[in-house]
Amino acid sequence: MGTTHIVDRRLNGKNKSAVNRERFLRRYRHHIKKAVADAVHKRSITDVERGESVSIPTRDIDEPVFHHGQGGRREMVHPGNQDFIAGDTIPKPEGGGGQGGGPGQASPDGEGMDEFAFQITQEEFLDFLFDDLELPNLARKKLKDTEAFKYVRAGFTNQGIPAKLDVVRSLRGAHARRLGLGGARRKKIRDLEKQLEELKSAPEELDAAFSHEDQIKAVEEEIARLKANVRRIPFIDEIDLRYRQHVKQPKPATSAVMFCLMDVSGSMTQMHKDIAKRFFILLYLFLKKNYKKIEVVFIRHHTSAKEVDEEEFFYSRETGGTIVSSALKLMQKIIESRYSPSEWNIYAAQASDGDNWNDDSPVCGKLLANQILPLVQYYAYVEITPQDHQMLWYEYEKIMERFPQSFAMQQIADPGEIYPVFRQLFERKAA
Amino acid sequence: MSDIVDRPNAPDNAPSNTRKPISTSSEWTFDLIREYDEAIAECAREFGLDTYPNQVEVISAEQMMDAYSSVGMPVGYHHWSFGKQFLNTAKGYQRGQMGLAYEIVINSNPCIAYLMEENTLPMQALVIAHACYGHNSFFKGNYLFRTWTDASAIIDYLVFARNYVAECEERYGLDAVEQIIDSCHALMNYGVDRYKRPPPISASEEARRQKEREEYQQRRINDLWRTIPKLDDDENSVKSQRRFPEEPQENLLYFIEKNAPLLETWQREIIRIVRKLGQYFYPQRQTQVMNEGWATFWHYTLLHRLYEKGLVNDGFMLEFLQSHTAVVYQPPFNSPWYSGINPYTLGFSMFTDLRRICEHPTDEDREWFPDIAGSNWVETLHFAMHNFKDESFIQQFLSPKVMRDLKLFSIENDDQEDHYTVTAIHDDPGYRPLREKLARQYNLSYREPNIQVWNVDVRGDRSLTLRHIPVDRVPLAEDTEEVVRHVHRLWGFDVHLESVDEGTVVEEYHCPPPDFEDIDGH
Repeated sequence: MGTTHIVDRRLNGKNKSAVNRERFLRRYRHHIKKAVADAVHKRSITDVERGESVSIPTRDIDEPVFHHGQGGRREMVHPGNQDFIAGDTIPKPEGGGGQGGGPGQASPDGEGMDEFAFQITQEEFLDFLFDDLELPNLARKKLKDTEAFKYVRAGFTNQGIPAKLDVVRSLRGAHARRLGLGGARRKKIRDLEKQLEELKSAPEELDAAFSHEDQIKAVEEEIARLKANVRRIPFIDEIDLRYRQHVKQPKPATSAVMFCLMDVSGSMTQMHKDIAKRFFILLYLFLKKNYKKIEVVFIRHHTSAKEVDEEEFFYSRETGGTIVSSALKLMQKIIESRYSPSEWNIYAAQASDGDNWNDDSPVCGKLLANQILPLVQYYAYVEITPQDHQMLWYEYEKIMERFPQSFAMQQIADPGEIYPVFRQLFERKAA
Repeated sequence: MSDIVDRPNAPDNAPSNTRKPISTSSEWTFDLIREYDEAIAECAREFGLDTYPNQVEVISAEQMMDAYSSVGMPVGYHHWSFGKQFLNTAKGYQRGQMGLAYEIVINSNPCIAYLMEENTLPMQALVIAHACYGHNSFFKGNYLFRTWTDASAIIDYLVFARNYVAECEERYGLDAVEQIIDSCHALMNYGVDRYKRPPPISASEEARRQKEREEYQQRRINDLWRTIPKLDDDENSVKSQRRFPEEPQENLLYFIEKNAPLLETWQREIIRIVRKLGQYFYPQRQTQVMNEGWATFWHYTLLHRLYEKGLVNDGFMLEFLQSHTAVVYQPPFNSPWYSGINPYTLGFSMFTDLRRICEHPTDEDREWFPDIAGSNWVETLHFAMHNFKDESFIQQFLSPKVMRDLKLFSIENDDQEDHYTVTAIHDDPGYRPLREKLARQYNLSYREPNIQVWNVDVRGDRSLTLRHIPVDRVPLAEDTEEVVRHVHRLWGFDVHLESVDEGTVVEEYHCPPPDFEDIDGH
């Protein structure tokens, strides 16, 4: 008979299956990608930030093994007989084929009925969503460009200014030093005190020459000397002091600002805005994957531009004509006042139905080429229209020729194209 | 069968209800688990259960899901199919469709059993009795486990396997390794030696011999595939006389590992690893009814013994009996929950009835089981546990009473008839045929198609021919083509599979499909 050993394993890693799960996702990435792309189309705008349920046809993930199929002659034993007796016959159900055959065999003609469904997390969802995409021109922001620094902790030092004194560390050091210096002496004091006690309690010798008196006195003196010694050990000394040390580190530009520019003139219907919103959300999520901190600036315009909050950006209605350059001018002003390009990665996405006053389009071109594109990482323009292009599109085409690295434009005619267009705009380009 | 089951089961002395229960709350602590384990161990000793030392591991639900998905191996190589299993388990558990509590126990020395932290104290005691004393003694005592597995070496071997696979992944890429493992898994049940005992596996031995094998194998394979015929003049007769392999081989993975012409050494090693694991699980596949029946019988008996000793109270017993009843429930054939015979029910009923036959034999029992009626039940049950597998256990010990209690009957389904036929029921003329049919149902070679390596065209196109011998005209399933593709991946040359029923080929599978061959001008 053996003995039993009881182990608490609860604190051991629980994600033993993480690797196998990851292998599974890897193997079926095509299925999952497709599910994710579908989900983006179907989802309502506000809930892009959650996981997704993915299902794969069972037959695609089956692990085939040799086993018996339907047919032939076989006998099975079953429990729970009610009124059968040997020799009874039971007609087979019409067209059902040989049911009740092998143990636990699924009918093979249930095609597409069985789906293997599972959940992926939001992070995995985004990974699949943005697989093979990359932010253009990331390389431009090199560390040496950055002028920002931050102080990071770098342990402790024994020199510094009083403001950075670390009291706990210092006292801990002092305590250790006191123990180190005084310990041996204290032990000796204890020994001597014990000895003293023994001497005092020992019976007095008759002969004065052998009296304990002298010994006691000598011991007492020694104790007094040692105690004075110990008292002289300082409570805290210069060498105990510890200061928190900070060093300067160049701060990489990990913050990004995203400008959303949208035409809200009368010609933009709610459907247009909806498409624009989805596009902006994709961009936002994508940036979020790459940057720790993102700010979003919403600029809407008709004949004049205005910085607004998200709610107003998407849902308030305006009427009137369109002057795109007003928005560009505002954006430039905001960059100048709030987002220094040395610290911020600047992205911009503009959505419009292509309408603009014809006189304004060349102005836009000039503004973009001379003022804005030098400051931003990437500028994407989507034109939401099923119709022919107008002046603005042709003006922007010229810009795209001049700045293929930082400017891109696409047309979206219906919601189904949002994601493909997004992918085209951010497709990883061969180096 | 409740009349059998509810009898008190004091083996020797009268119950002593003087002792205080170990605990009365349902919250467990490590100390209480230890106390229960000691009390159960004491009872197990009274009944002569011989076990490996136990290692009880308390784990969380998530860890239990991890354990589930690695088919009960405490360490395993990485593969997507385990991930699939995990997703499936997690889904079932989160939806509340599946309880995880019952048991995972590993045939190793020490015997590892998992307790889930969510369990109540009576459940922990139940699992301890079931796994640590029931399954554990089965692993240690049953002849199949004794012959085919080496409990003390398995954990080391699994670690070796995982490291080796990981190393291969690093060297040859995830995809290459995944493909090989996929193909091996497809043939895992055909990687088993059924009749000869393999040498025990051991990790250190394996690592030491692996180098040696590398060189030797390559040489051997080169010999086999030497392209220049030795006797030019006699070529035809050589071809017709000498077949390779000379005898049909049932262990497909072994044959491929040793003879496939194009495999790299590491690929052969991976085949070997999967084969060894298949071999390790082989006894479990053949003893499901016995193993679960034995463990269930003992948790039932041991916990009742605790009750007789006054160590557990009525509340404990009620909670335990509720779980126990759920486990041994057998839905009848016409129930929507019916999915075949519940191995727990069948095994538990048989062991329980075996004890009854020993202790309180009827005339029927004396007629059917003259050797054991009235014998010492503990010895008889141990004898049954030691020396049988499901098939032979049923053949030997399924009593008319159990057949009556479960109301067993057999149905014949012949695709050439337009009706099913009831061939036997639980009555006098039916007992023997019923018992035979049920035993056959648990015969692995009846459950799984009989497929063997038939021939290799050594001098010609190096094609491999497998032969399937159908029983009662039962054909291979529809996805056989897929499996043949896996064989082809391993073999590297054409693979043919033919179903041969009494000398005539009734079905053929080829990879690559024959059409392409024709175009190639073969």
